[in-house]
Amino acid sequence: MFAYPFLWMISATLKPEIEIGEIGLWSSNFSLRSYKDVISKIPIGRALLNSLFVSSSVTFFVIIFGSIVGYALSRLRFFGRDFIFGVILFTMVIPFQITLIPMYILMVKFGWVDTYLSLIVPGMISTFGILLFRQFFRDIPQALVDAAKIDGCNDFQILFRIIWPLSKPVIITVGILSFMGSWNDVLWPLIVIRVQKLMTMPQLVTIFKVGGQAEGQLGAQLAAATLLAIPIILIYAFFQRYFIESMATSGLKG
Amino acid sequence: MEIITKFRDSDKTGYVMSLPYILYFLLFVGFPLFFSFILIFHKWNIVTPMEWIGLRNFVRLFSDIQFFQSIKNTLIFLVVHIPLQIVIALMLALVLNEKIKFRGFFRAIYFLPVIVSGVVITILWQQLYAYETGLLNLLLVKMGFSKIPWINDPKYAMTSIAIMATWKNVGLYVVLFLVGLQGIPGYLYEAADIDGAKPYQKFYFITLPSLNNTMLLVIILSTIGGFSLFIEPFVMTGGGPMNSTLSAMLYIYNQAFFFGHMGYSATLGFFFAFIILIVILLQKKFIEQK
Repeated sequence: MFAYPFLWMISATLKPEIEIGEIGLWSSNFSLRSYKDVISKIPIGRALLNSLFVSSSVTFFVIIFGSIVGYALSRLRFFGRDFIFGVILFTMVIPFQITLIPMYILMVKFGWVDTYLSLIVPGMISTFGILLFRQFFRDIPQALVDAAKIDGCNDFQILFRIIWPLSKPVIITVGILSFMGSWNDVLWPLIVIRVQKLMTMPQLVTIFKVGGQAEGQLGAQLAAATLLAIPIILIYAFFQRYFIESMATSGLKG
Repeated sequence: MEIITKFRDSDKTGYVMSLPYILYFLLFVGFPLFFSFILIFHKWNIVTPMEWIGLRNFVRLFSDIQFFQSIKNTLIFLVVHIPLQIVIALMLALVLNEKIKFRGFFRAIYFLPVIVSGVVITILWQQLYAYETGLLNLLLVKMGFSKIPWINDPKYAMTSIAIMATWKNVGLYVVLFLVGLQGIPGYLYEAADIDGAKPYQKFYFITLPSLNNTMLLVIILSTIGGFSLFIEPFVMTGGGPMNSTLSAMLYIYNQAFFFGHMGYSATLGFFFAFIILIVILLQKKFIEQK
């Protein structure tokens, strides 16, 4: 029940239009026509590169900044630390529906509409990522940090040379969550990107389907959807266990 | 004085390292919050100057039949989606909790729709739901039933979207329930066995109460998700037929980016967020009482 619809979808993209309404998977008339239609009508390859670039950048910065702030909040003593932590917890409760419109206006005023900046910069920090890093770093023995300090390491060196190598699980979790979140987001790209060549993959497929370019061709719509699903399924196939564990943590600690 | 001493004793690197978050907060949380508070008293389409209109956005909101219809639609979605989600996820989790073969494989398959984009799921289910050629109706006809106008009839459309959303998300909740189930100590069941408890008694008196926290989590997560319902109706129905699948988020999007009413849609977002917080607080209170 969970796998069959996907199998059916892949088979439907290979069938000629007239056979799509059949339940079975096999057809003797398999062809790649639907995919050719999609590729000739929309710049799906470019959209794939856009999505890869945006999601990788977001993930990179979320991990870097998240671990830096998480380190400060867990291992350093300074006045106002608890206040910052309180603010982080508080902002997690605010529904994004409040800030959506002002955020768009901010992007307009910065001149970031129709640039990668609007897709990447607001996503560079994940409060949830900070919390996960903070939690993980708190359990690292102080002796390790002290030893590194005696050797003359500063806090950035301690973080990246000593603590990072010990923190693979949390880095993977934060990485998967932010990559997936960024990859699958459609609402924000729909708002800030209007030119086709900068569109992310889910956005382009959405526009293809909703905007009428697909001309009601089921095969082409399903082929576009399949192309959109393939990259994340490939990543999932490799990191399956981490995916499930990460998503479970995101629920349990969120 | 005390503050100055505290500040002097502080590790200054702490401030440097917190800087990314502080900047982020000021720019992308604090400012938008503050600005949304200004926007709700203005009429503005970004191009022309802002116009102060006092509380007129709120007056308009309270007489906006379509907005309340969209909130009602969203609530219908939640009322169908959440119980369905819990029942199915719990059932699957109970099955997977037994030592069956290929457990990891099934878990991986249930999880597939969770990671795939909602756009893919929606395009796929639109074919499954199609009236004449859709897979579901073909199956129904084969089994001797009549066709169901899944997304063509205003009475069914939102329920159909809720079923689809359940299919998409249930894998995540199965995993959460599995974590919860594995946390129940085995001696409780052993004690119940000694007392001669029947399976349904064990489920009702041990399993369910032990899963209370997980239940709360599942309900809150799917409520937040449900209130953000946007892309599914946007792709599948555009809010139709007869606005029956117009979700609140879709309505706010249309007001802002189709009609350019920035002030008004900020007011809608503000009000809607308020409703979300109230609903979640109520749920929390209700479940913690139980």
